[in-house]
Amino acid sequence: MRIELVDIHKHFGPVRANDGVSLTLEPGAIHGLLGENGAGKTTLMKCLSGYLSPDRGAILADGQPLSFASPAEALRHGIGMLHQDPLDFPQMRVLDNFLLAFDHRFFPDRRRGKALLQELGTRFQFNLDPDAEVMSLTVGERQQLEMLRLLALGAQVIILDEPTTGISAPQKAQLFATLRRLAEEEGRSIVFVSHKLEEVEELCHRVTVLRHGKVTGEAEAPFQVNRLVEMMFGRSLPPTERVPVTPGPPVLEVEGLVVPSYQLTVEGVNLCVRAGEVVGLAGLEGSGQRLFLRACAGLERTAAGCIRVGGRDLTGAPYRRFLEAGVAYLPAGRLEEGLVGGLTLAEHFALAERRGPFFLNWAAARERAAAHIGRFNIVGRPDTPVEALSGGNQQRAMLALLPSRLNVLLMEHPTRGLDVESSNWVWEQLLARRAEGTAILFISADLDEILERSDRVVVFCGGRMSAPLEACRTTVEQLGYLIAGKDVGCEAGNVRRETEVG
Amino acid sequence: MRVSKLTDILLTLAPLPLALAFTSLALLIVGGSPLEAYRQILAGAFESPAKVADVVTACVPLVLCGAGLCVTFTAGLWNVGVEGQIILGAIFATWVARHILWPQAPVLTLMVLAGMLGGALWGMLAGLLKVYGRVHEIFGGLGLNYVAQGLVIWLIFNPWKRAEGATMQGTDPFPAPAWMPTLGRLRVAPLAVILALAALVVIYFALRGTRWGLELKALGKNFRAAFLLGVPSTPRMLTAFAVCGALAGLAGAIRCSAVYGRLIPEISGGLGYLSLLVALLSAYRPQWVPPIALFFAALGVGSPRLELNLQLDSSIGGVTEASVVLAVLLVNGWRALLARRRALQEEAA
Repeated sequence: MRIELVDIHKHFGPVRANDGVSLTLEPGAIHGLLGENGAGKTTLMKCLSGYLSPDRGAILADGQPLSFASPAEALRHGIGMLHQDPLDFPQMRVLDNFLLAFDHRFFPDRRRGKALLQELGTRFQFNLDPDAEVMSLTVGERQQLEMLRLLALGAQVIILDEPTTGISAPQKAQLFATLRRLAEEEGRSIVFVSHKLEEVEELCHRVTVLRHGKVTGEAEAPFQVNRLVEMMFGRSLPPTERVPVTPGPPVLEVEGLVVPSYQLTVEGVNLCVRAGEVVGLAGLEGSGQRLFLRACAGLERTAAGCIRVGGRDLTGAPYRRFLEAGVAYLPAGRLEEGLVGGLTLAEHFALAERRGPFFLNWAAARERAAAHIGRFNIVGRPDTPVEALSGGNQQRAMLALLPSRLNVLLMEHPTRGLDVESSNWVWEQLLARRAEGTAILFISADLDEILERSDRVVVFCGGRMSAPLEACRTTVEQLGYLIAGKDVGCEAGNVRRETEVG
Repeated sequence: MRVSKLTDILLTLAPLPLALAFTSLALLIVGGSPLEAYRQILAGAFESPAKVADVVTACVPLVLCGAGLCVTFTAGLWNVGVEGQIILGAIFATWVARHILWPQAPVLTLMVLAGMLGGALWGMLAGLLKVYGRVHEIFGGLGLNYVAQGLVIWLIFNPWKRAEGATMQGTDPFPAPAWMPTLGRLRVAPLAVILALAALVVIYFALRGTRWGLELKALGKNFRAAFLLGVPSTPRMLTAFAVCGALAGLAGAIRCSAVYGRLIPEISGGLGYLSLLVALLSAYRPQWVPPIALFFAALGVGSPRLELNLQLDSSIGGVTEASVVLAVLLVNGWRALLARRRALQEEAA
């Protein structure tokens, strides 16, 4: 079956996740879909598999237009998707999960289902115990179960969204062998969504690169890696003039930090940040940078290593001690973690004054809020509930809520979803704090932002941090290589040498 | 994000006709006349000063617990353990009544304080289980309610049994100083009413005008964000449980001192659960607690008349209460649905 996506548009509010994307999937081929976070890969594939319906555009199968209202309908047309997080039922057994997919009778035939599961398992050398509980399986095994489910339903087009995240090396090899077999021997089309260049290079026959919701290029194997990097991240701009800073004494020292989590463990991080310095944290989402940032605010349990703020050892201390030491953390989810939906701006400013009097004076609180609103250019009134503010104004409100004296400011995506003007304003505010000796660490998916605003950059990849790079001597391309984990592991020294040679 | 003003007013008033329609339907099915039944309930609740006094007396624990629950609901906590907190308040007050043989004023003061202490401790226990044991307060509270119920029965049948032998009638009557004085021959204790209204006013201002109230509100609306903004979540949650428990304990003390004059097995009488409904209907605003409590109390006092005069089962009062609550929840659901649809439309436009 030959699938054509023609001029697909999908908008979420003002965000154009897909902005006129066209691509063709040939039977018997593995088609790579490359792009950084937020490039629109997953949205496009969700449109193809019936989870989302495109705002505009057409999906053709062998020239016939298709439209489906649900993933189940897409599957009836032979299109199935394997999600980044397996969509299974962890509390149920493997066989029940499998049966749920295709045996919809009141009394499912367990014997037939078991036989089919075992037959498919043997064919692809997946060793799944039908009676095991799904939550006892590894991510790789759960993926295998999903794959068998799609195959049992007769999927001719199989979409895999970042399938190699969280699976072991042997499982990955097995997955790749299976995918090759499904494409080359059985004539199915495979879509392999990834941001890992190495895997795309190894596996795919063709590749389409997306950036900001648009196709930036297509290529056939063998691929020229530097061309792919350019298509993914764009050309790097010449570095802008930067104001030199004289960094003060170290305010944040991290030694041998280990932060364990369910999905990923951040290991062996050493970093010393001085007063007035800006450090950008680059990396694909889920590479450990957020875990590290939250650990620096006392919000994650650490397993080893130490964190010192202004010379004081705060390893293992609760969040409050970090706050008292002048550490502030601004999360990315403005209404999820940053602001309290349902409370007004005045209530927020009263709340943020942690040492304020027990009895509140609302008239004074409103006046103070009005002063902040004027100073931070927030479009709103003291009595405006925060959820009624636009994203940019919510970000301004969050900055306005920060204490005036800070040693360390930790930020996630400081300008995500903001227009150019608001972004510049936010950075003016942030950089003004440097003069007062605040060190800033921030995560961003926008590499231009990272290079333009930071003094030093570190790259996270699979839970490991690169050595710090001088932002002014680093290019977007170099970061792109490091982020995609291409060839060089994550050792910054190696990168420089290799890219300089190339 | 919000529905329009007119829709808002209509939605606020809608539950009442809905609930009345449902109850009337139930009455018609069992062969009664709805209008006559409502008239009888009203008469049963308000026809004489004695009836009014009974309604007010029934109101007091509902107001106290309802005000306390406004605190825990504001903090986003479902303090279902309020029933057990009433019982513990009654137990602590009974201990004072049985052991402290002083004049009336100090004994009553001590009973009130002991009741508040007992309820607060029982409430804190649910809070501690939640914070340190990761037991959800609904399950912790329900468990503690059963423990409290077991405790009161054990006390009545063992250490505090009557001189002539243990009975479900409860303990021996308290000595005279431990009885809260009533208004003439009416069964209403002015002191109890004053305490309940005072508690309500304190809670109203504590939630509106103090940092503590603001912090509870922030925790209730978005726990993560409030925590990140520096609100000390654990102490605030524990104080919310303690304050609600103290008011419930006060209600328990009043029940045994002003109503029964002894400790009885069903001292809480499901008032805790009923006050959860009161607090839910008030949307956690203390100023709405008294009228709602009055409505429930009047239904409770008035509906036995149905049995006497119309040969209808008095449980029709319970049906009315339940259908009001369901109607309010239903209308709130509609309101949320409308608001979301409007938000989606705005986004699409």
